[in-house]
Amino acid sequence: MKTDIILCGVGGQGILSIATIIGEAAMNENLYIKQAEVHGMSQRGGDVQSNLRISDKPISSDLIAKGGADVIISMEPMEALRYLPFLSKNGWIITSSAPFVNIPNYPDMEVIRQDLDKLPNVIVIDIEQMAKDNAVPRSANVILLGAAQKALGIEYDKLEDAIRRVFGRKGESVVEANIKALALGREAQK
Amino acid sequence: MVEKKLLLGDEAIALGAIHAGLSGVYAYPGTPSTEITEFIQGNALARERGIHSRWSTNEKTAMEAALGMSFMGKRAMVCMKHVGLNVCADPFVNSGMTGVNGGIIVLVADDPSMHSSQDEQDSRFYGKFALIPTFEPSSQQEAYDMMSAAFDYSEQQHLPVLMRVTTRMAHSRAVVKVATIAREENELNYNAVASSWVLLPANARKRNDIVTAQQAQLEADAVSSAFNQYMDGADKSLGIIASGIGYNYVMECFPDGCPYPLLKISQYPLPKELVRKLMAACEKVLVVEEGQPFIEDIIRGVGDSAQIQGKLSGELPRTGELNPDIVKKALGMESDECYAACEDVVPRPPALCMGCGHRDVYAALNEVLKEYENARVFGDIGCYTLGFLPPYRAIHSCVDMGASITMAKGAADAGQWPAVAIIGDSTFTHSGMTGLLDAINENANITVIISDNLTTGMTGGQNSAGTNKFEAICRGLGLSDEHLHVVVPLPKNMQEITDIIRQEINYNGTSVIIPRRECLQTLRRHLKEKRAKEQEGKQ
Repeated sequence: MKTDIILCGVGGQGILSIATIIGEAAMNENLYIKQAEVHGMSQRGGDVQSNLRISDKPISSDLIAKGGADVIISMEPMEALRYLPFLSKNGWIITSSAPFVNIPNYPDMEVIRQDLDKLPNVIVIDIEQMAKDNAVPRSANVILLGAAQKALGIEYDKLEDAIRRVFGRKGESVVEANIKALALGREAQK
Repeated sequence: MVEKKLLLGDEAIALGAIHAGLSGVYAYPGTPSTEITEFIQGNALARERGIHSRWSTNEKTAMEAALGMSFMGKRAMVCMKHVGLNVCADPFVNSGMTGVNGGIIVLVADDPSMHSSQDEQDSRFYGKFALIPTFEPSSQQEAYDMMSAAFDYSEQQHLPVLMRVTTRMAHSRAVVKVATIAREENELNYNAVASSWVLLPANARKRNDIVTAQQAQLEADAVSSAFNQYMDGADKSLGIIASGIGYNYVMECFPDGCPYPLLKISQYPLPKELVRKLMAACEKVLVVEEGQPFIEDIIRGVGDSAQIQGKLSGELPRTGELNPDIVKKALGMESDECYAACEDVVPRPPALCMGCGHRDVYAALNEVLKEYENARVFGDIGCYTLGFLPPYRAIHSCVDMGASITMAKGAADAGQWPAVAIIGDSTFTHSGMTGLLDAINENANITVIISDNLTTGMTGGQNSAGTNKFEAICRGLGLSDEHLHVVVPLPKNMQEITDIIRQEINYNGTSVIIPRRECLQTLRRHLKEKRAKEQEGKQ
């Protein structure tokens, strides 16, 4: 078993907490993990990404090679496309549909949408709206994780357990909100 | 007993140091090294033991404090980013002459590809230059294991050890097997002898002879080191030398094992005996190292070196960090089939946070400076360097920590007016104060803006050494109250701020304006902590 994942978005959108949950689930399964993060200057509203690699065999490189990613999980639609050369030809993109516009030359959303539609395996979800509608406003990123579950090849229950462990300290209401968000994502991927 | 933990490379280093009996870490925040000290600050055992972990004012004060702790027999670590080693180059190089009593590890995190830095310098050159052994882990696990080995080696050789990591090691997580018990700290002792530590020429010459003679032993140790490994392979058409994280990228290309003889290097001085063995056995040798061509430069003679491939002969790019695709290409392998880059994607550069006080400072500065024909603004290192980008385009230079003030002074000396320096609070105490003294002593015609957000913002909001002391520091350096102003950078105060900037630019002499408002990132964190405390109080 080997899954190479690119998590991406804009600095501050919470991609590292998705990585934490996946990492927790993988470690509990005694899998090998490598997760390269971006810290420092680019966190200030710039594009950010994390390479997350999980395998049942030892992993050498911290970085994923071109054409090697099984999944791109993106909190932002244009950011999903930024890492396209790294996506395997039969890999999946799971992305939020909501553009994060903090630059003056953000492309036409219609163009971005068309670029995404050209790819074979894409799930686009309005996670922000879904989070609001379902009273879990702070768990949009976990909806995305739920939608990526199948592509990740990690059992649903394992992700749920990981959420309990990661958010346990923050109290039962936070745990429940995130488990609800994970279920919403699972529904949305169908 | 061991347990498994998911740790950043930086965190593995920190825990390795604590478990190796560390008594103090000294550091100034700098990407990608910051998380080492932060981890120690938050570690329960470190707190229980009272391991020193408060931030230092700069890398030089950090290095010197570590020398003091070592002088008394205890184990100390100094952490910094690569350019920080320039700041502490004086004590670092001289620590090769004094040697150590308690072990010292100087941990330097290089940043190839300059994710968050102004250059790509490779710290291994400093190790060679200072005659100090250098360690370079290839994985998070090796980094953890090396800490204890490096402290032991430092004490055995009576020399500091330079440990070099790069961004991808520092900021990548992996599962690390760690010990459940920690070695005790060293006891304070008086073994340090003055003849080693008083670097008068007469003493230093003797030490220089000793340390120079020691180099042969250091190289012999590198030959037999468990961190350096010669792994034979059946196909002798190529041999590979891979150092640090470069080793991982090579192994990534050969999931079923490397068919070529492979020399993994993680301890220096370069074990030339192993290199000779590889070169004698193989037709060609590819050197895969992250950073500058340090190993390649050593082994490439001025005569025929057609056998050697690497960054100097073009098989690997001379600049930027390595990645699996670059190494694959150098090995003559094809990359996997992949999609072309999407042409509709546009760059998304980092920017100052919305509502950040630095924004108001630049808005005011630009408003005033458009009244002058040729104003020049000398910038410095921190979030406010982003003032170079649109919409402000407000600074004309950014060189190193503290250079804003001294460059503005030099420009004023050359006849420039207006010459404005903009520097953050933490950068000012790091390396700006001495430059301001130069300016005040000559009453140089410059306007210095210390944009004080009460923290070291760029690296994530660490404590800033001078908080609440800036007016006192400026007065202490001899600045008159008349030309020292504190303002609150908010849009509603724009009139007041622009008036003061204009007035001080028109004053022929040194003045300081301190716009002061807390960083939004730390403000948010402080409010969150406050709410959490209130919640606890209610329960």
